[in-house]
Amino acid sequence: MADLEKRQDRSPVPSAFEYASAPESRDIVRLEERYGLFVGGEWVEPRSGEHQASVAPRDEEPLAEVAYADAEDVDLAVRAARDAYRNGWSELAPSERAKYMFRIARILQERSREFAVLESLDGGKPIRESRDVDLPLAAAHFFYYAGWADKLEYAFPNRTPRPVGVAGQVIPWNFPLLMLSWKVAPALAAGNTVVLKPAETTPLTALLFCDVLRQAELPPGVVNIVTGDGRAGAELVKHPDVDKIAFTGSTEVGKEIQRAIAGTGKRLTLELGGKAANIIFDDAPLDQAVEGIVNGIYFNQGHVCCAGSRLFVQESVYEEVVAKLKRRMGTLRLGDPLDKNTDVGAINSQQQLERIRELVEIGEEEGAEIYQPPCRLPEKGWWFPPTVFTNVAQSYRIAQEEIFGPVLSVLTFRTPDEAVEKANNTPYGLSAGVWTEKGSRILSMAQRLRAGVVWANTYNRFDPASPFGGYKESGFGREGGLHGLAPYLEFDE
Amino acid sequence: MAQAPALPSGFELPLEPRLPRIGSVDQVAVEERAATLAKRSIKRESKLFALDLAVRMMDLTTLEGADTPGKIAALCSKAMRPDPADLTVPSVAAVCVYPNLVPQALERVRGSGVKVASVATAFPSGQVPTDLKVAEVSRVAEMGADEIDMVIDRGAFLSGHYAKVYDEVRRVKEASGDAHLKVILETGELGTYDNVRRASLLAIAGGADFVKTSTGKIQPAATLPVTLVMLEAIRDVFEETGKRIGMKPAGGIRHAKQAVQTLVLVHETLGPEWLTPDLFRFGASSLLNDVLMQIRKERTGRYQSPEYFTID
Repeated sequence: MADLEKRQDRSPVPSAFEYASAPESRDIVRLEERYGLFVGGEWVEPRSGEHQASVAPRDEEPLAEVAYADAEDVDLAVRAARDAYRNGWSELAPSERAKYMFRIARILQERSREFAVLESLDGGKPIRESRDVDLPLAAAHFFYYAGWADKLEYAFPNRTPRPVGVAGQVIPWNFPLLMLSWKVAPALAAGNTVVLKPAETTPLTALLFCDVLRQAELPPGVVNIVTGDGRAGAELVKHPDVDKIAFTGSTEVGKEIQRAIAGTGKRLTLELGGKAANIIFDDAPLDQAVEGIVNGIYFNQGHVCCAGSRLFVQESVYEEVVAKLKRRMGTLRLGDPLDKNTDVGAINSQQQLERIRELVEIGEEEGAEIYQPPCRLPEKGWWFPPTVFTNVAQSYRIAQEEIFGPVLSVLTFRTPDEAVEKANNTPYGLSAGVWTEKGSRILSMAQRLRAGVVWANTYNRFDPASPFGGYKESGFGREGGLHGLAPYLEFDE
Repeated sequence: MAQAPALPSGFELPLEPRLPRIGSVDQVAVEERAATLAKRSIKRESKLFALDLAVRMMDLTTLEGADTPGKIAALCSKAMRPDPADLTVPSVAAVCVYPNLVPQALERVRGSGVKVASVATAFPSGQVPTDLKVAEVSRVAEMGADEIDMVIDRGAFLSGHYAKVYDEVRRVKEASGDAHLKVILETGELGTYDNVRRASLLAIAGGADFVKTSTGKIQPAATLPVTLVMLEAIRDVFEETGKRIGMKPAGGIRHAKQAVQTLVLVHETLGPEWLTPDLFRFGASSLLNDVLMQIRKERTGRYQSPEYFTID
């Protein structure tokens, strides 16, 4: 030990290796001052006459004025979609449909930097994520479903698949362009036309996407984009000429939609909230498991429906895992979403920030122990530091309710049975993670966990060929893969 | 409790200092983590900081059958003054040579602060009896080498004779006296990250001051994921015992960019305390000039052709 101290004396701790800021340039994005609605292949002024600014979460800068559609606007968009469906799109040779979709996929790849910058600007997520996750996956979804467009009869043999008609799609603000592609790509591949309503706080990449549609020369009216708030979404859902509704968002709104369309014969898929269990067994590769925990809950500031927000650690490694996790949280870099070294970006909206703050306060009142690594929050904009709660009981609200922010609740378990029981003890059932070296345990856990997706020794990994969706209050229907194609088709039964 | 295969019976790790559990490493996840860290964007002053540090951390190496006193003299001059055109560029940490050339190297670098490291223990294969290895190390220590880079017996390790590996490291450590001991795992021959982690902990238990990836004679050598696995083992030892073990990636690091990426890995895995030549080295023969070119570029804004940098 003595010579260890000597060595320390000789080497004073050097100045920290601070990374100089490395911002991605935003010059690549050209925004209009004001956007109309994209209906029938044209930009039209909203009949409502209403516009509001979409703001950047990082500094509350207004980025562009966006139209707020009303019932009449939504009606015009649905009519445009119906016209396009009748006048050509549904009868177009499937290989032609594929051609347009391949074009869209390629253009998205070519313009990926532009889209990534805009996604981070409008939504607040780190450019590292929009560049490495959102954009490649969005393009991949179009490529994947383009491949199915002329092979539907092979995808569903002897069932004579036909398009359902006009799809009304409402998407959330956490992965704006990616959720658009999850919705639009299978709908087009199946031969439907689309009216899509982006989230109120993140409409800009969807509006830029209209430019891609024009570049790809997609026939007018096949995809229509109506921006606005919840009212526009509600109008779209209840419009009598919409054949199929696809919604991703909160469980509360999902239930409203289900009530609104009851008895209408409209098809419905819902991808709603989650409170996923991420389960760490004591034989897991711990350093990698800690990466998985961090990726599970701090990816996209925790604005992820499948976020691993409940961490279950086997008691024999609890202290080690929590110590490693806290150390790792200290290296997360929170700041400007456009900086290439940022790991945790801005919270999407003031409203969401308040919701997170409220639940975190409740967690403290309930008696959980809070830890946040020292980090300076920018003065402007909406920010919340990465947070972990230990000493959490199953009955606490922070262990039950979806927070949709960078807040993790840590619980413990002793045996695999207990892990399954606790993990399933939730109204949700979207996803789960299992970390163990034992292959047989992975398989048995995956079978027993009531979750649509179970990741083993990884987390938040997506592929267009892999279906995604939930049990219970997390919704029904699947997106991705063949499963994601079926809801957009009718069959001879 | 399921752990990586236990050490064979009859072999006990010392109870004090306690070592961390051996555990396991997930290949996909560790490679992904290393790839993510490699994407850090290091610019301007932080890049200069890293490049300057890389020079100060370098073990400038020549390990050829054809090494002569003349070659060593040239290497030592380069080590002491890497860029004669820019005197702000510091000396490297050490020169790394074969035992026969230790006396010449010592004479050349005397008084400069540059250390002399010698490989030993039948480098690079390590396939000789233990007492010969110990004798070699004693001799190299007598000659006055500051640091000794030994190789582990991969034959013993891969056939499950962990005790032999541990015992050799321990005896070599005793024989090295005051010299610093770096233990080369030759990760390219170990096959899995689990083995890399296991061998790291074994070497540290045996008394290694540094763990080192490779001899430079086998590819792959110091890849980022291998380096990360070893850094994590070092971190676990520190957390368990408070002892700081050094790390030396060697082999295959030829570009300044790789060096900067490696330093990012160190910074985010072990923290700034490890960003010192006392606890981190690069083993390299052709990295130095690329780093010098990058330093010149950062300072002047222009690239110079390789002709403006002396080859040794």
